[in-house]
Amino acid sequence: MTTFRERIQDAFAEGVPIAIDRGARGHYEHRAEAAAVFPQMEPMRDRARQIRAEVLANLDVHLRQFADSVERNGGVVFFAADAAEACDYIVGLARREGITRAVKVKSMVTEEIHLNAALEDAGVETVETDLGEFIVQLAGETPSHIIAPVLHKNRQQIGELFAERLGVDYTDDPGELNEIARDYLRERFLTAGMGISGANFGVADDGSIALVTNEGNGRLCTTAPRIHVAVMGMERLVRDRRDLAVMLEVLARSATGQGLSSYTNIVSGPRRIGEPDGPDQFHVVIVDNGRSATLGSRVAEILYCIRCGACLNACPVYRHVGGHAYGSVYPGPIGKVLTPSLYGLEQWHELPATSSLCGACQEVCPVRIDIPKLLVELRNESTHELSAGLRRGLAIYAGVTTHPRVFRLLTRTAALVAGVWSRDGWMRRIPVLRNWTRDRELPAPAPETFHDWWRKRGA
Amino acid sequence: MKLLEQAGCRVEFPLDQTCCGQPAYNGGFRKEARAQTRQTLDVLDATDGPIVVPSGSCAAMLIHHSPELVGDDADYGAKATRVAERTRELTSFLVEDLGFTPADVAGGHTATYHASCHGLRGLGIKQQPKRLLDDVGVTRVELTGEDECCGFGGLFSIKSPEVSVAMMETKIAQIEASGADTVVGVDVSCLMHIGGGLKRRGSPIRTRHIAEILAGDDQ
Repeated sequence: MTTFRERIQDAFAEGVPIAIDRGARGHYEHRAEAAAVFPQMEPMRDRARQIRAEVLANLDVHLRQFADSVERNGGVVFFAADAAEACDYIVGLARREGITRAVKVKSMVTEEIHLNAALEDAGVETVETDLGEFIVQLAGETPSHIIAPVLHKNRQQIGELFAERLGVDYTDDPGELNEIARDYLRERFLTAGMGISGANFGVADDGSIALVTNEGNGRLCTTAPRIHVAVMGMERLVRDRRDLAVMLEVLARSATGQGLSSYTNIVSGPRRIGEPDGPDQFHVVIVDNGRSATLGSRVAEILYCIRCGACLNACPVYRHVGGHAYGSVYPGPIGKVLTPSLYGLEQWHELPATSSLCGACQEVCPVRIDIPKLLVELRNESTHELSAGLRRGLAIYAGVTTHPRVFRLLTRTAALVAGVWSRDGWMRRIPVLRNWTRDRELPAPAPETFHDWWRKRGA
Repeated sequence: MKLLEQAGCRVEFPLDQTCCGQPAYNGGFRKEARAQTRQTLDVLDATDGPIVVPSGSCAAMLIHHSPELVGDDADYGAKATRVAERTRELTSFLVEDLGFTPADVAGGHTATYHASCHGLRGLGIKQQPKRLLDDVGVTRVELTGEDECCGFGGLFSIKSPEVSVAMMETKIAQIEASGADTVVGVDVSCLMHIGGGLKRRGSPIRTRHIAEILAGDDQ
């Protein structure tokens, strides 16, 4: 696999789509406007954080209660230790039930476990029904944003894709593109035997799950097919509907700047006797896949995340490189912590390193996750060989700065050398700092160090 | 120094101070950072009065991270707490502690203010520098994306030069669009980054630390 830095270089060489910066900034501004007109936003964020903290502190208890509640409602619960177990369960269910077509609500955890590939391999046609996710699937790509999967494409590209893959006449009119997707998907909704969703939240005390969408596809996927499978990360619980209400208040505002998303569904099990619609079977697959280990680590706070994507929109690195460069299902600031934590720091050590620690992510996080601090924690744990040179350099620097006389001598020497090396107070090229001087100059230090100036002044 | 004296302070400068350890801390080199922090705390704790830091980033280190870094050691933990309580970023010290109004000494420049991340988000430095700039009489224009990171980020600028430079270019475009001839900041590291980029591009726009403007050294 390429390195993060190589993928960033590739992205710049190809030209990162302008749509990414524009789209992310748009969401960022909508969030700011929504927060500004909602006086309860800040206290609500505090409350949301408390709710997440409490759930994670007692996760085992809440998971047990949630599973019992789902079963009481007539559902089936499966605990999957990893991605393979989760996929095997769902594929096995599809085989047993003779399912040949499944429709899906957009879900990050199903991306994480690569469920679509597993189902397709088993001969189950799997259709994404969120418009953005549908486009990404048609293009054979992966989402570039947690909530706006197709942020990297403009409407002309989507028009070309539809013409090529769906055999329709080219149009880049968003309304017409929407109609085309709608016609295509409508038939799939009505013929699929299985509907697959994620779960924005599982409610522990009554066993329901909350699904947030803006297109209504979630309702169709969870009611039309005869089997509904909800896949949920094991940390995504709230205690009860009162807490759910708090989370929904901050989720939609943080994600898109909406007071509430267009469709908020609460699914509480299979169809009961006398009910006109709903699935015959309701399965909840609870996915660990590294979360238990994260819960016991120094970056456990990352599990507070409710996948709103606000940190991506705020992040200057994300805005400049786009989601695909991160190389993982979870991009942006949250991905920089989550990916190494779930899949191993050794392989993903570059992610936490590639941040200016500006803190814009923490500023907008609905549950106030201290992402910069978690990045520093991971940097501290990282012992990758690439950081060995840096470690040596910093060890020398630390040695010098803890010996004030040596420090004064060396800064004086550096000022003299720089005086010879520089022109008009700037240095154009410094071999050991070529990563800096390729695109930037470096101001030369003053000929006299501040320490010397101060000492003379005092004398 | 001149500015603080203009503001009526008697200033001391302990010669044994070096580096607060923030680069090592942010880089994840905790052991090295701890050694530097201890050195810094020994020097600063032996002094009296407010500790005024002309950098939001170093001030945030002393106020927020040093106590956490050496908190497991009772002696240094206590020193860190004392030092953190006494530490002030320069512009917040001038505005909030001293109620200082600078002399109307600025000459003819049009300036815009770049908010450095650690001062802004760690210490709430936002309005203080702007107020001082207005008082000193520069023509001040607002900067679109004032609170967006310039891409410096310490070691980040060396380890991830492509992203760092891309962020800097966005910042430079915003600065050029503001119409200012001078960018003013409270952190020399960001100014070094922005200034280095402006210089390489042959731009006439200058970078100045706010102290230079307020002390009347920028005519």
